[in-house]
Amino acid sequence: MEKILALAKKFAEEAEVFLTSSEMTPVQFESNRLKNIQNKQSKTIALRIIKNGKTGYATSTSLENRAELVDSAVATAEFGSEAEFQFPSLQKYPRIEIFDAAVEKVTIEQMKQLGVELISRIIKYSPEVTCEASVTKATYDCSIINSRGGQANYRQSVFGLSIEGSLIRGTDMLFVGDYDASCHPILSSDTIAKTVIRQLERAKNQASIVTKPMPVIFTPDGIASSLIIPLMSAFNGKTVLEGASPIGDKLGKQVFDKKLNIRDDATIPYCPASQPCDDEAVPCQLTPLITSGTINNFLYDLQTAAKAKTKSTGNGHRQGGLPTPSLHAFVITPGTISFDDMVKNVDEGLVVEQLLGAGQGNMLGGDFSGNVLLGFKIEKGEIVGRVKDTMVSGNIYQLLKDISVIGSDVKWINGMLNTPSILFTNVSVASH
Amino acid sequence: MANLELISQQLVQILKRQKADYIEARLEENQFSSISYRGKQLESISKTLSIGGNIRALVKGGWGFVSFNDLENLHDKVALAINQARFIGKEVSQLAETKPVVENVNASIKENPLLIPLAEKKRLLDEYNELIWSSSGIKTSNINYGDSHKKTVFLSSEGGFITQERSDVTLRAVAVATKDGEVQQAGLSEGSLNDFSPIRKLHKQISDLSKKAIDMLSAPTINGGQYTVVLDPILAGVFVHEAFGHLSESDFVYENERMKELMTLGKVFGGHHLNIVDSASRSGLRGSFKYDDEGTLAAKTYLIREGKLVGRLHSRETAAKMGEQPTGNARAINYRHPPIVRMTNTYIEPSDCSFQDMIADIKEGVYAKNWYGGQTSMEMFTFSAGETYMIRNGKIAEMVRPVMLSGNVFNTLMNIDAIGNDLDMNEGGGCGKGGQSPLPVSNGSPHIKIKQCLVGGK
Repeated sequence: MEKILALAKKFAEEAEVFLTSSEMTPVQFESNRLKNIQNKQSKTIALRIIKNGKTGYATSTSLENRAELVDSAVATAEFGSEAEFQFPSLQKYPRIEIFDAAVEKVTIEQMKQLGVELISRIIKYSPEVTCEASVTKATYDCSIINSRGGQANYRQSVFGLSIEGSLIRGTDMLFVGDYDASCHPILSSDTIAKTVIRQLERAKNQASIVTKPMPVIFTPDGIASSLIIPLMSAFNGKTVLEGASPIGDKLGKQVFDKKLNIRDDATIPYCPASQPCDDEAVPCQLTPLITSGTINNFLYDLQTAAKAKTKSTGNGHRQGGLPTPSLHAFVITPGTISFDDMVKNVDEGLVVEQLLGAGQGNMLGGDFSGNVLLGFKIEKGEIVGRVKDTMVSGNIYQLLKDISVIGSDVKWINGMLNTPSILFTNVSVASH
Repeated sequence: MANLELISQQLVQILKRQKADYIEARLEENQFSSISYRGKQLESISKTLSIGGNIRALVKGGWGFVSFNDLENLHDKVALAINQARFIGKEVSQLAETKPVVENVNASIKENPLLIPLAEKKRLLDEYNELIWSSSGIKTSNINYGDSHKKTVFLSSEGGFITQERSDVTLRAVAVATKDGEVQQAGLSEGSLNDFSPIRKLHKQISDLSKKAIDMLSAPTINGGQYTVVLDPILAGVFVHEAFGHLSESDFVYENERMKELMTLGKVFGGHHLNIVDSASRSGLRGSFKYDDEGTLAAKTYLIREGKLVGRLHSRETAAKMGEQPTGNARAINYRHPPIVRMTNTYIEPSDCSFQDMIADIKEGVYAKNWYGGQTSMEMFTFSAGETYMIRNGKIAEMVRPVMLSGNVFNTLMNIDAIGNDLDMNEGGGCGKGGQSPLPVSNGSPHIKIKQCLVGGK
């Protein structure tokens, strides 16, 4: 890394070298039985330079071809965007625990047993279900150095467990599933098995629903599949800078229901979304986004922050390219009412667990519309069965202005969202 | 640059000495460049070089897979893959017979994007971005351009040794218009295999984007409900891919008794006029290739013929287990993943109905054009249009806000009422499955008319 930095400095004013390597071992089950075991090792080196004030960028999977990497970065710098930021110098990073050596030590045999146990619990409950499952352990290493003396590195462990079950009767298909991840090993399939069995239980009967606005409870998975994508985009500093975020000019103003509190948090111990620093060596933090309905902050990387004349919030992420602002983990503060009590108070309504295709509409404007892939009808305070051929649509800005109840039941979704269920009184529902 | 040739020769020797039912190796070298704009400014420009490989082993029905960037210690990697497979293996390995091929396939690259200087690519994209911004009312724009030049070597313990090369180019441009807090966008996706030149000819289409986005702002929202819907070739192509194509991927079927019952060959899915094909052997499209990632020769596969289910897409394993012929549909997005059953170029074959005849008897209906996105759960699908117009009294009438269409695939295929004579392929798509996205595919169709289609709205 140092050699690449030294070589790059001969051609450019500033330079930064970013190295990640990972080793991942997924153990995968298909049709209820163990099918394949993989081992994936991967390494990427990325060089960002500032030459004549402009950004150049190149990546490679090899540390050997130094001259070629530097040449490529120099070639792109000629046309690159103006660098308005400075690389961070050496600094102190928060101590966030994200590595547990126990993850690497979990044996393939143990991973197999975990999957076998999970699948057999589901099949015991419902023998007609066909399951696909995967148990994965992984280790990530990340190092960053730059020409201003900045330097950071960390190691992270991640263990994941997921299952998807399908139940097919004629042309009627039911899909259930759940996923969990942690920096610790997950050694029990209990939580996931219970979730999936509850889904199957609720979907046993079919229920019909009429077309009209009605109370809808979005479960944590339901929120993830409908409301969260527009919010991610609205709080992205880049969307704000372009003037395309509907809340971009509402900093300090109350836009949402007073019950709503959301933060972006990279500091939760042993959470896969946590990191001591972001992908450009800026320390990570907890950033309040909405407090009592009022907008507090937007999320920035170095370049976007410099353009917006503010500071990076440590949200610079690389998805194979230059860093860009992106969330770590959105955390929605829970309320005090349990999910069961929320259901009890609904006379006629819908529980949305999975919405298909909700991210396709006019996302920037907050519109969403999706087909209920997994959802349940509520009649007189009770879940009576599964609802199909039904569309739910709305606008998140209108919905989040008037929240009926925020539940007390929190759940992690994909390690990126921690949320309770939320009840809205008036959501558009259309059915065949 | 690593010498793939030399490493391949080493691997051939290593594979000869192993004890497994089957072993394959893939080596890959990929050069990628990308340019993106956000708003008026160029946001990023980058070059990437990626070299890597993988080993996949089959022992008694169990698969082991190892992927890597460093091409050292190949012997250990092969051993690891075999051990993983052996840990699982309890059954009998089944792979459909294919003839091991030794061939160096030369890509016929017309205008190689690798040879076009960055300055020239950037000049073209500058022109496009200026076209978007030449209309007032535009709030922002997005342009993402990428080209990749990939060389792969496939080796198998059966003696297969295939070298292939391909160059893939994509461009996506979006114009975003705003007015009084409302936001609307219009987008264009274009792609090309082994030829940069189609990317040069988009000036007219790109300058139309801004007008469309601005017009959408003042267009009304349709009332949700059931309509007779006419889809243009692009959206109908997305429909056939999402709503039917994924169902015909036999890895969902081969070990699932209930799916097998549902997808029994001979079953009627649509009217006599309905013919659906997947063909990697149709040349020059983004889903085209000569051999798939298991070394199987590409084929043209009828999935539906005259309304009846007649075929499905296979890897060597799914074909063997279902007692059918392999179709050459095992594809991996890159060396980091094992090949899985994927579509290639999927389309509805043209029939004889002209567009005018198709809409002539529609009193009130919806004309949905262009593509924004699509998702499927096998039975249910949703897909969204990029542009939508009302059809009134047999004529295209006012623009409405882009709609999302949703339905049940089995009913919807039956409800295809008319199929046009104007097949067109859409090269701008990418397909995601099993964490492998976006895989280059193309899809297409003539105009089609669907009765009683559920449209989301107010």
